[in-house]
Amino acid sequence: MSALLSIQNVGKNFGGLKVLQEVNLEVPAGGIFGLIGPNGAGKTTVFNLVTGLLHPSTGSIHFEGRDLAGVAPHRITHRGIARTFQNIRIFKEMTLLENVMVGMHNHIDYSPIAIMLNNRSYRASEKKALERAHELLTWVRLDHKATLLADNLSYGDQRKLEFARALATEPKLLLLDEPVAGMNLTEKSELMEEICNIRDRGYGIFLIEHDMRFVMGLCDRIAVLNFGRIIAEGAPDEIRSNPEVIEAYLGREDDEEEAA
Amino acid sequence: MEWLDTFWATYNTLIYSLGVFALLALSIWLTFSCGLLSLANAAFMGIGAYVSALLTLHYQTPFPLVLAAAGLAPALVALIIAMPVLRLSGVYLAMATLAFGEVVRVIILNLDITGGPEGLNGIPQSTQGWHIVAILAFTVYALARLKRSRVGRALEAIREDEVAARLMGIDVDRHKLFVFTLGAIIAGIAGGLNAHYTFFISPREYGFENAVDILTMAVLGGTGSLIGPMLGSSILTLLPELLRFLHDYRGAVNGIILVLVVLFLPRGLWDPQRLARLFRRRKPLRDFHGKKGDAA
Repeated sequence: MSALLSIQNVGKNFGGLKVLQEVNLEVPAGGIFGLIGPNGAGKTTVFNLVTGLLHPSTGSIHFEGRDLAGVAPHRITHRGIARTFQNIRIFKEMTLLENVMVGMHNHIDYSPIAIMLNNRSYRASEKKALERAHELLTWVRLDHKATLLADNLSYGDQRKLEFARALATEPKLLLLDEPVAGMNLTEKSELMEEICNIRDRGYGIFLIEHDMRFVMGLCDRIAVLNFGRIIAEGAPDEIRSNPEVIEAYLGREDDEEEAA
Repeated sequence: MEWLDTFWATYNTLIYSLGVFALLALSIWLTFSCGLLSLANAAFMGIGAYVSALLTLHYQTPFPLVLAAAGLAPALVALIIAMPVLRLSGVYLAMATLAFGEVVRVIILNLDITGGPEGLNGIPQSTQGWHIVAILAFTVYALARLKRSRVGRALEAIREDEVAARLMGIDVDRHKLFVFTLGAIIAGIAGGLNAHYTFFISPREYGFENAVDILTMAVLGGTGSLIGPMLGSSILTLLPELLRFLHDYRGAVNGIILVLVVLFLPRGLWDPQRLARLFRRRKPLRDFHGKKGDAA
């Protein structure tokens, strides 16, 4: 299977600090790919490199076979990569609908003249966008709150809105940065369900997490990042039993129940 | 109808100024709407005023062309300075644009063609009331349309979170350049209109004080909607006249009123969300768009 996203030999230095070294990852087009690792292992840096917010010091990143070097973040979004953020970054003073419609920016197609004239092409595009926004909000079960300000949502709902907004960019690959961080158990299982739904609709998902239990149940394939290096990659079962992972990630004396 | 003639003769400049300052307040609102605190608008107004006045005085250019040049000249300057300046944000952008304004003022002050500190005298009074009304109406219409489009949503997204907006596929730099330049055009045309009814312009009118005044208009009125800046500019234009009976103290009272408004209505006088909250007490919850309504 050819990879949708291919990260080759990527290294990233901040001054003298080597945050990532020789990272190689092949994210397939379907299913859920997980990147796990302790806090500070460099997971979010990987996402920042993929989305163009940072540039790799060495190595290259290809999406659908095309090099992403020097491509601006908004262009990377056009190519089909969307993401959510570890600290939720929704537009709080906009309604849910507006949030999602911002995500559709590049898929709404009308000229400045159409805006000024308020003509048929403008109204048709806006109507289509509005319908799609409602549809996406329905996917994450937030449509009944569509006209509320996003600020009024609970933490879990804000995360779901972030999913819908990311999907509005019509991505091929969705990057989720610790989607359940800080959530309670109910919210966690709800979000897990949402993520499965998104996968079932055919989107590729690449997620970062340090909650082992969550990742094991969800991912088809997992890579483990520790101190900026990939130390293991494989199916959840292989990762769970990999002694190096257990040592690096779970600690040497494993009297925990995490592996259950 | 003699009183009307007298009234008009006394106050026509003031009435024209209501429209011109409404345009200026809208021009700063535009950069505000995507989170840019740019204070270059007084300078853009000055460039528009001088370019248009010189065209009229030396070349007898037709007035529509004069106004077009008044918008175009500051737009070109805006495009040139945008490259270094729009990399900045927050107070740094404010400082850079204020410094730019000073540069413009000092250049005007020292050139021969601009008449130096004496300014330009005897500018024909080509501006008519309907010119101002028509341009203001068109500007308000165009900005209102823009606000309801994907561009308006993009600008608001940029104001709230630039990184998130970028990753939604929005070309943030282009949008910033667009509002900065469009703001310059509006301010420049306002300057051109202004120069052609005041008879006289001098560098003093386009300095630091005017830059702050324009900012105050927008903040006082509220930057959440188009109405706010125009309300603010009207009040700031009329207040000194209304307080004329206070003689020497009117400046102080003017300032106190502004301080009180900013203290007690930080979102400005025209705050749709506050109005919606007042309104909501009598209306069912359903379509409420307001802020923090359901939190309690």
